[in-house]
Amino acid sequence: MEIPYNSTARPDTGLYNAKLGIWLFLASEVMLFGALFSSYILLRVGAEPGAWPHGLLNVKMGMINTIVLIVSSITVVMAWASLRMKNWSNYKKYQAVTLICSLLFLCIKSLEYRDKFNHYEIQLTDGRVADGHLLEQDADKVVLHGHYINKEEAAKVTHAWQEREVKEEEISIKQSEIKVDNGRKCMENYGPWHNTYMAIYFTLTGLHALHVIGGALVIGFIWGPGASMWKTDPERYTNRVEVSGLFWHFVDLVWIVLFPVLYLL
Amino acid sequence: MSDHSSPEEIKKEVTRYIAVFVALIVGTIITVAASYLHINSVAETVAIALFIASIKGFLVAGYFMHLISEKKMIYGILIATVFFAAGLMFLTIWSMQSDSLIHTSLIHN
Repeated sequence: MEIPYNSTARPDTGLYNAKLGIWLFLASEVMLFGALFSSYILLRVGAEPGAWPHGLLNVKMGMINTIVLIVSSITVVMAWASLRMKNWSNYKKYQAVTLICSLLFLCIKSLEYRDKFNHYEIQLTDGRVADGHLLEQDADKVVLHGHYINKEEAAKVTHAWQEREVKEEEISIKQSEIKVDNGRKCMENYGPWHNTYMAIYFTLTGLHALHVIGGALVIGFIWGPGASMWKTDPERYTNRVEVSGLFWHFVDLVWIVLFPVLYLL
Repeated sequence: MSDHSSPEEIKKEVTRYIAVFVALIVGTIITVAASYLHINSVAETVAIALFIASIKGFLVAGYFMHLISEKKMIYGILIATVFFAAGLMFLTIWSMQSDSLIHTSLIHN
């Protein structure tokens, strides 16, 4: 039995099945990310004055990733336009760039994650707090590249640009100087467990990265193993490219909002 | 979006896509540059960043996702989505008010 409106549009709605399906799916995605954004607002507004961290993320990396996703968005739409003009070789080239961009985005994101897992906050017995990237650690000492946090000064930081002006230097801390609480050393990296900000950062960007992986797999399948459909049913194949592109643009759209909210504010 | 556009129409669309692409790159640079401005008001910083993000979002949704010339049914789905997403945000903000019913009932229970 042949399913109707697989490649041609239904006369009353003007839509083929997959297009209606992807928009309903994207509606559910809006609610998913909307729920997480409202959680972010709740946590951010509910934080004590001066308690919300600023300038923890690398803006340059975030900006490069934004540009990478924007480039992938235009290559997706150009690939679709190429198919509509029956230009198969251009389609293949554009989608290859899209796939490279998706890999580049994930590589940069994993570098950022690695940076956070190497970024430590250490509470000292004299009440000071050292914050920086771990350079060296042995039985006697811990060496960080960072700065000491003054709690009163830190509470006055309300913008990312203020945090970026802090001078960083090499700090050597003896193991005996690290505060011990309930038999556990007060030395923790900036993983999702560190504070509320890191928890929501990893949740939002992790979920977004999963969407990038999912989108890239679908685009890659249509581009590679699924490409034989172009010979048997070119119109349906073009629709598949359009639908996967709509999902990809949504992923780009989410990042456009995530970038300023997490990196710049 | 019609799937039976003429090559000339598609070429025009391609030109539009390139213009949108350039605007998105410029918007990204402006967003980052604005974050380096020493603006003391948090509300102003948030407003500038979200204003630029909204314009970029409109460009992606409007032109790359073709929402500017979509079918009525898609608009219907999106209106319902916006309604529920706005409701979700409203409930969140409302729950944060100290005199809201949620807070009052939590305190009394």
